[in-house]
Amino acid sequence: MNNIRKNRLKDQAFKIWGIFCTLLGLVLLAVFIGNILVDGIMRIDWEFVMNLPSRKPEKAGIYTALMGSIWVLLLTTLIALPVGIAAAIYLEEYSKKNKLSTILEVNISNLAGVPSIIYGLLGLEVFVRILEMGASVLAGSFTLALLILPIVIVSTREALKAVPKSIRDASFAMGASKWQTVYHQLLPASFGGILTGIILALSRAVGETAPLIVIGALAYVPFAPSSAMDEFSVLPIQIFNWITRPQHGFVENAAAAIIILLLITFVMNGIAVYFRNKWQKKFK
Amino acid sequence: MRKLKELVIERSLLLSALITIAVTVGIVLVLSIEAVNFFSEVSIIDFITDPEWTPLFSDKHFGILPLLSGTLLTSFIAIAFAVPVGLSISIYLSEYAPKSFRRTIKPLLELLAAVPTVVYGFFALMVVTPFLQSFIPGMSSFNSLSAGLVMGIMIIPYISSLSEDALHAVPNSLREAAYGMGSTRLQNSFRVMVPAASSGIIVSIILAISRAIGETMIVAIAAGQQPRLTFDPTVPVETITAYIVQVSLGDVQHDSLEYKTIFAAGITLFVFTFLLNTISYRIRKKFQEKYE
Repeated sequence: MNNIRKNRLKDQAFKIWGIFCTLLGLVLLAVFIGNILVDGIMRIDWEFVMNLPSRKPEKAGIYTALMGSIWVLLLTTLIALPVGIAAAIYLEEYSKKNKLSTILEVNISNLAGVPSIIYGLLGLEVFVRILEMGASVLAGSFTLALLILPIVIVSTREALKAVPKSIRDASFAMGASKWQTVYHQLLPASFGGILTGIILALSRAVGETAPLIVIGALAYVPFAPSSAMDEFSVLPIQIFNWITRPQHGFVENAAAAIIILLLITFVMNGIAVYFRNKWQKKFK
Repeated sequence: MRKLKELVIERSLLLSALITIAVTVGIVLVLSIEAVNFFSEVSIIDFITDPEWTPLFSDKHFGILPLLSGTLLTSFIAIAFAVPVGLSISIYLSEYAPKSFRRTIKPLLELLAAVPTVVYGFFALMVVTPFLQSFIPGMSSFNSLSAGLVMGIMIIPYISSLSEDALHAVPNSLREAAYGMGSTRLQNSFRVMVPAASSGIIVSIILAISRAIGETMIVAIAAGQQPRLTFDPTVPVETITAYIVQVSLGDVQHDSLEYKTIFAAGITLFVFTFLLNTISYRIRKKFQEKYE
């Protein structure tokens, strides 16, 4: 009997440990967000959002960095979206199981694991130097587009995979060609899933810092970019720059900018989760 | 006409898929060409054996070991923290927790991986380091312990989510058999479920290691910029990634040796993560066959 009780006790102990671990990460995240809010919330006002960068912490704002982030995000979407979705359609609907498809698959799974800073080195050499784009919005967007390409492809494939086979069969039976089936049936049916994946990929892109530092995006840019060939900064780089400054005022600025960056990230994740839930119900 | 259109579409879709191969080829070419240039000036023996890395000083040394030890030290701390916690979470969620709890907690945990890393860097430097300093007097304000722990928090969901999926994929009959033999949930978890899902769990740990090795902003902000060959977690170190950031922030001339060092450092990083990713992919493929 003693043994049984000991085992039950151990079982209960692990249960409590499990709950503790599960909550640990979340509690730490909450502590951290609380900390940031205390540090930064007082700093956020309209001027902080609209001011240009400055040497004086109380006058500095995030306008150029925010505009840079928006520019980069839009261009990254424009580049990564068509390529990623097209590649996913090919892999999921067209390719036959042969050597090429295996290579493509292994390769994409490998690309997803390449550290983001390596993409920065690729972008620096290819886009900034060989294609002579300089440290421009365009070079940054190409770099980030390559970075999120594997994520877009994998999530789009998942979405296409979730469309029941009966829909494909019905479409073919009506005499539709392969592309007509893809374009008129599969893409609309998997739209929600594809959108979810893309939003998640973009929320990753908006927080990326390292690859953009490597291609030479600047911490200090006097004006917001007005074309794709302009120099730029982004929100995470602005935050990084403020963190590394010694004056206390900049710590406050960094915290305030972090609040805005986290808001953007969490809202994007929230939208993605909303679409996922809404869309999952469709086929059930 | 229609056939032609279909063919053109198929070819352009294939072209898009082939871009991913071009990306890999591009990465390998860029890194190796610059690295070959680098090794034409610095001997590869020095690179591997010299215990000092000082390419930005006048007395130049090009030994990768200090950067490598910094990278391994921060990654080791992160993994040592994240593996027990992440694994416990996955077992708790898969074998103990009510379904509704699991459904709400999993997306919340995944939020941990969605927080931008520069934000974690701020957390490590401004919150965790001062906190640790109150226990460990003499700890430097840049250190690998704080950076490693925060990196551990970040990779918890990588381990917990993937391991939970693996545990979940174990056929229910195994679970029922274990309970039928009178085992507790704990015995079932560790003697039946974890061994049965071991390949999936190993994959999740390998992916987490690869994430930790390639992580940049947390270590660049909180671990310091002093390459040194040490395993003392309280002093500043520099990782491979942090070095690349440090050089990129400065005004280094293109075609200078300093510029080439970031590619030499990059290819070292790439080789490590590539090996880890390939191993995990192999295991994953094998694992899939097991249950199909």
